[in-house]
Amino acid sequence: MANGVLVYGEVRDGSLKAITKELAGAASQLSQAGAGPVSLALIGDATAVDAALPAARALPVAKVFVARNTALASYSSQGFAIALESVIKASGATVVLFGATALGRDLSARAAARDGASLFTDCTELSWAGGKLRVKRPVYSGKVILELESSAALQMASVRPNVFAPAGAGGSAEVVEVAVSINDADIRGRVKEVVRTSTGKKDLTEAEVIISGGRSLKSSDNFKILDEMAEALGATVGASRAAVDAGYAPHSMQVGQTGKVVNPKLYFAVGISGAIQHLVGMRTSKVIVAINKDANAPIFQRADYGLVGDLFEIVPKITEELKKLRSSH
Amino acid sequence: MKIVVLVKSVPDTESKIKIAADGTSIDPQGVKFIMNPYDEFAVEEGLRIKERLKDDTTVVAVSMGPDRAAEVLRTALAMGADDAIHVSDPAFEGGDSQTNARVLAEAIRPLAPDLILGGKQAIDYDAAQTCPAIAEILGMPQALIVTEIKLSDDNKTATARRRIEGGDEMVEMSLPALVTCEKGLNEPRYASLPGIMKAKKKEIKKVGLAEVGFKAESVGAAGSKSKVVRYHNLPDRPPVKMIAGDAATQAKELVRLLREEAKVI
Repeated sequence: MANGVLVYGEVRDGSLKAITKELAGAASQLSQAGAGPVSLALIGDATAVDAALPAARALPVAKVFVARNTALASYSSQGFAIALESVIKASGATVVLFGATALGRDLSARAAARDGASLFTDCTELSWAGGKLRVKRPVYSGKVILELESSAALQMASVRPNVFAPAGAGGSAEVVEVAVSINDADIRGRVKEVVRTSTGKKDLTEAEVIISGGRSLKSSDNFKILDEMAEALGATVGASRAAVDAGYAPHSMQVGQTGKVVNPKLYFAVGISGAIQHLVGMRTSKVIVAINKDANAPIFQRADYGLVGDLFEIVPKITEELKKLRSSH
Repeated sequence: MKIVVLVKSVPDTESKIKIAADGTSIDPQGVKFIMNPYDEFAVEEGLRIKERLKDDTTVVAVSMGPDRAAEVLRTALAMGADDAIHVSDPAFEGGDSQTNARVLAEAIRPLAPDLILGGKQAIDYDAAQTCPAIAEILGMPQALIVTEIKLSDDNKTATARRRIEGGDEMVEMSLPALVTCEKGLNEPRYASLPGIMKAKKKEIKKVGLAEVGFKAESVGAAGSKSKVVRYHNLPDRPPVKMIAGDAATQAKELVRLLREEAKVI
């Protein structure tokens, strides 16, 4: 009954997002376990689709299903769900994968309701067992992991960024055009404007390396020592709730229960004691480094490497070491 | 305007979550339940819109769940909601998000709301899919993870600012529409003592299987395609490796370990 895995190709600013490459990697694994061929959905107006098409075709997928429509020039949950429904039908896929990104979460829940599919959101593991998709996802703010499976004819999942290794390029997938009819009346809401709040740096939810500062940073100005270390490491800077509440950093930088849930390969908790509210936002990080003056801080129980000492002395020294490392290569 | 606010009873963030002996559920023993924190922003926003418009706008709180859902409805009434609807039936138990969304959508439909407000996610399953599924079923546009809502002067359109990676998106919608609320949207009020007294006397309307027009086998666990295999505890982390010495020594050793042992830089 398996007729393949369809990956939703997410396009931002004319390029295919890294998460789409990760999903292609995940889909290849499901395919090898018997889920059928992998294809990719590329939806938007001609400009967006044509810009992303070469990168999409290069992924290890058999086909790229393309839905171009002028009504899809800016994102709308309704318009994209209609287009995706046509692509799913054309592909014959029984599994659809999305990134657990702002767009992927917005579209997947809507598409699942529209197409009568089951949906597992924000998954950290995917497998194919007995002809069914099986997933693991953190629940109760990451305090426990829930393993689920679905008996639906169409099964959808959104996958947390940085879980799967990105698939390599070098393929040359066949392009299949899918006709989509959308009436203006179908779209009653759409994105009018995108306001960038951070420039250049990767968003916390997508970053591979994160350096977060706590209240011990003592001022917003002192966050610049983290910025300098981040510069040397290609990292994104985050903050604890205590630091945000104290006004040292904006809420968009907050990692934790009421902030962002992150999943980097390397996480630095600098001057962060490790309250449960912070831990639930970062505990799936692959390697955790804690720097704190209090040797009894709970963060050390969650860390892989711990440094007890004055962060204002240690952080600049780490930056120095990282710069040495860079210049020796 | 008619505003519907969706609220859910969830374990308090500080609660210890213990897997029950059967491995497929959470042990409710000792768990304290509260209104989902993101739903508080939704209730507050509904009340603020009502207070700003100073017209015949009403705010109706709707919750699906077991008996304890009535407690969060009581909280919403105490904060200032006009009415409360408890969507409850033994047949609804064990439903997955998509199945529950179908039930909730039919409970909401007769109210003909102009605006549906909910939390960006409930902090129990963290699925964030019930609200957008309701929007799809009711044919409404949606804006999720919203930190600002502006209504046009004629109350016909709403512009919502939503969080995305590295910025914000401004979403313009014609009403009726659905919005899920993020921290930063507002500061939820505490229920006043007179509010609490008034809420105690209010009737909470029940909506069951007959009212939503589904057969028992198409709702709850029977109607759900998603099945729990089992819960798992988090894998243990290896013990922390403490790096001693002065700052320069610690920094040098850390960078060496990250490079040679963890291989992450």
